[in-house]
Amino acid sequence: MAEDYIKLTTPLTDEDVEKLKIGDRVLLNGVIYTGRDAAHKRMVEALDRGEDLPFDIKGAIIYFVGPAPAKPGWPIGSAGPTTSYRMDPYSPRLIALGLKGMIGKGGRSQEVIDACVKYKCVYFGAIGGAGALLAKSIKKSEVIAYEDLGPEAVRRLEVEDFPVIVVNDIYGNDLEKEGRKQYEVKD
Amino acid sequence: MREVNVSEVTEAIKKLCMDANYYLPEDVYNALQEALKKEKSPVGRSVLEQIIRNADIAREERVAICQDCGLAVIFMEIGQDVKFVGGDLKEAIFEGVRQGYKEGYLRKSTCHPFTRANVGDNTPPVIHYDIVPGDKVRIVIAPKGGGSENMSRVMMLKPADGLEGVKDYVVQRCSESGGNPCPPVIVGVGVGGTFERSAFLAKKALLRPLGRPNPDLELAAAEQEMLERINKLGMGPMGWGGTVYALAVHFEMEPCHIASLPCAVNINCHAARHKEVTI
Repeated sequence: MAEDYIKLTTPLTDEDVEKLKIGDRVLLNGVIYTGRDAAHKRMVEALDRGEDLPFDIKGAIIYFVGPAPAKPGWPIGSAGPTTSYRMDPYSPRLIALGLKGMIGKGGRSQEVIDACVKYKCVYFGAIGGAGALLAKSIKKSEVIAYEDLGPEAVRRLEVEDFPVIVVNDIYGNDLEKEGRKQYEVKD
Repeated sequence: MREVNVSEVTEAIKKLCMDANYYLPEDVYNALQEALKKEKSPVGRSVLEQIIRNADIAREERVAICQDCGLAVIFMEIGQDVKFVGGDLKEAIFEGVRQGYKEGYLRKSTCHPFTRANVGDNTPPVIHYDIVPGDKVRIVIAPKGGGSENMSRVMMLKPADGLEGVKDYVVQRCSESGGNPCPPVIVGVGVGGTFERSAFLAKKALLRPLGRPNPDLELAAAEQEMLERINKLGMGPMGWGGTVYALAVHFEMEPCHIASLPCAVNINCHAARHKEVTI
């Protein structure tokens, strides 16, 4: 069992992502930003108008999540990943600007996979539906943009050993495809 | 007639919304433990272990199992000898949802379809009413997440497609869904009735306790066959490769029109939440 975790601290560099391969288990530390459907739409609209993004995209990681409200004493509520393909129309543009990592669940489009190869960005998977567990790795949460979107607002998260797995690396490999091939049973 | 004050309904729904989101049903929890024994992929086993740990944390600390606390799908079985007093029943149900999601620190996930503006209180719930004999009110709440709902479909098959066509369609739907619906999933299959009735049957199939096959032997065999075929695809937990993609296939069937073979597939994530109470 792959008990060896690779520890990475944000912002990520080319060298950080070059060493990652599909199936690698990674513990993320530092700052990551949240964004899902509505926030991605707004970020790309901001770029269209020539405006800045709400955070420095270079070396950044975006976590596709809309957390539950925090109970008293918790920095955040349950915070597992949402399905990533809905961000496919927006991700390549952010990747071209220097985004180095995305965290979500489920597969990505060929356009996203190609952009990950071209600009050296990694797509990480987190365990969908494990929001209470994942929230334990989030130490601080602060809304930094689009507060009116409620759970979809952009948040700055400080994470400690946030557990993810590499699903699409910068070499064009895809864990969903490879994993399936390995365990498929043909009659 | 037995009188039931609608304020009792509000209270019951408020509590059910919270409990359903904190406490994974025991049958699902046990099925995940069984899956852990069967899973061949190390990554898959690790996923299952973390899903089980997540359920433990949610139960012990009373926090949402998943940040997607779902649209509140509510089944109301109302005894025909019940008379509701004290206000508007529908409003009382809405109020229960409002209070439950607010006071339970649950995520509000309803929005305007086009502006995407969040409604803010997780209303409206989806309510299915049924009138039954007796003087009781049975309320079942099944919060339903968006990820698995998005992978669900209704297909109007041709009568010539038959049972084999249904099985092929269900397996294909799972194959196309991959990791999106948070596997290991439970697959609800509804065949019969009209377009919308088949979808309702598929949804209802998800409420059946795990480990209880359809009493009809032919349908039970079909459930087993579909389950095996789906798991042989090798997609595994979270779609990262493995032997357990689905925990169960539940198949519900009713007569349909002579021209039709409506087939609905409603996929549920491993956080297969539901809670009920009888007033």
